Amino acid sequence: MSENVDSTQAPRKIGPPLSRISRLFESKQLGWVALGGALLAPFVTATPYSLNVMTTAAIFVLLASGLNIVVGYCGLLDLGYIAFMAVGAYTAGILSKSFDLPLIFTIPAVLVMTILAGLIIGAPTLRLRSDYLAIVTLGFGEITRITANNLTITGGPSGIFGIPGLLTIGRFDVQQPAVLYYVTVLVVALFVLASARLGKSRLGRAWRFVREDEDAAEAMGIHTYKVKLLAYIFGAIWGGCGGVLFAAHLSAVSPQSFIFLQSALVLMAVVLGGMGNMRGVVIGALVISLLPELLRDLAAQRYLAFGLLLVIVMVFRPQGFWPARGYERDRGSDGADEAAVARGESR
Amino acid sequence: MTAILEVKDLQIAFGGVKAVDGLSFSAHEREIIAVIGPNGAGKTSAFNCITGFYKPTSGSVLLNGLDTTGKRPADIAAAGVSRTFQNLRLFPDLTVLDNVRAGMHLYGGQNWADAILHTPRFKRSEAMYTEEAHHWLDFVSFEGARGVPVRNLSYGQQKRVEIARALARKADLLLLDEPAAGLNYSEKQQLLALCRRIRDLGTAIVLIEHDMGLVMELSERIIVMNFGREIAVGTPAEVKANPAVIEAYLGKDDEGVQSNGDA
Repeated sequence: MSENVDSTQAPRKIGPPLSRISRLFESKQLGWVALGGALLAPFVTATPYSLNVMTTAAIFVLLASGLNIVVGYCGLLDLGYIAFMAVGAYTAGILSKSFDLPLIFTIPAVLVMTILAGLIIGAPTLRLRSDYLAIVTLGFGEITRITANNLTITGGPSGIFGIPGLLTIGRFDVQQPAVLYYVTVLVVALFVLASARLGKSRLGRAWRFVREDEDAAEAMGIHTYKVKLLAYIFGAIWGGCGGVLFAAHLSAVSPQSFIFLQSALVLMAVVLGGMGNMRGVVIGALVISLLPELLRDLAAQRYLAFGLLLVIVMVFRPQGFWPARGYERDRGSDGADEAAVARGESR
Repeated sequence: MTAILEVKDLQIAFGGVKAVDGLSFSAHEREIIAVIGPNGAGKTSAFNCITGFYKPTSGSVLLNGLDTTGKRPADIAAAGVSRTFQNLRLFPDLTVLDNVRAGMHLYGGQNWADAILHTPRFKRSEAMYTEEAHHWLDFVSFEGARGVPVRNLSYGQQKRVEIARALARKADLLLLDEPAAGLNYSEKQQLLALCRRIRDLGTAIVLIEHDMGLVMELSERIIVMNFGREIAVGTPAEVKANPAVIEAYLGKDDEGVQSNGDA
């Protein structure tokens, strides 16, 4: 009851604080601007090094947008997310190498395997919450990596080398760095859009209801276990497709790429960017993947600087750069009442 | 007339404590039933058994003739029951509209592929969700911003949102757990009118309430519980005059105590 008393005393915000800047941030065109920026980036710098960094960053954005479904929307703390990428990368790598197939034809098998992986990790952990779930997923991530390290089919510690390219049509090879970068950016953009759209749908709302209060969600007829399982499955698909791009980008897959630190970095991107908000998560992922490269001049101290910056951001902005906005347009075709409130507040 | 809810000999024990010990009652269309009793009498436990949050030790619950005993809360909700909670259980960070949309989850109308592709079906479905959410907020006379997180609202407004969410489920049976707790006099009068409007939709209402004035005025039938058992049942007038009820509320007194109807 004490909470209830508090809520009546809390300062009441009557309307959303919609300033001109925040309206700009909410505009639908922003996604196109970001995509345009990504497409124009190679015209600024197109050295093999920078293309490599940018492609890696784009794949990282895909991973973060997948983990955002699990952690940001549904509130399931997953510390072993990179395992799904490993499943995708290994499935694609093994199949394409043994049958000499272009990677793109392995995608159906990758989907099946990652969905299976999502079910395997999801089903037994549905009863678990927060810290317990984190420990189990951490274990799952490590099991996946250690299994890959020890099996013959995965090539043991040295992994798989010489994976065929994504696709070759006649003399046109997608594997050229610039082409691969563009393909990656377009695929990632589609996945980010899909993830953002899922977040604003019936299923996306159900994920949020489960995150906020599982019992209340059940009472409204939401099968919480189905909804959570779907979050895992979607997260797994995003991760698996990230794995295919990863295999195409490096044409090699080895267990060292799937250590716990990678899971932690993806989670960091989601938390730093703003859990549950796709736009924030994209920015978080870009910061986490590009900042160490931009700090390269600091040489030995660059990870020190990177770590310090993360601590500073979290101290001053614990909700992340751009957290999910808890407001939506009220009734009235143009949201006139909201606008009036916003004007009233700004004066 | 078939009963919407039929509870037969419901029992639940926590360790050695029998929280509900042989409760039986039924609710029909357009009926308002109040469950009253001292604190710890087993009222909320009974609600939790009916809605599946607790598994009854024995006995059965039938919703529209369908046995829902021991099923998952989500399945029971789908069978036609909706509820509010004793302490508000809204989704605090989500907007008022989203909270009400939660009640409409079972309407369906779109799947994940529609959502990703933004099909016409998806747009129709989303428009329907928003329209219905506004409708139910209007129905409970919710005044205030609807696009803001519910945590920003006052307690009374949050209570209304919770009822709107439960109504949006369009269930045949509505269980209200202490809807008047923490409301002032005028808010209680509005609640009274709201309950009658809900009944006029054809919904059966079972409510747990401590405010005797409200209970006596609103309910057609009152079930009095104490120590997990039903000690009296009847119209407000009958219950008021029942010596067992007076004893449960005021204790035994040799000189006889008159009920003032506001225990």
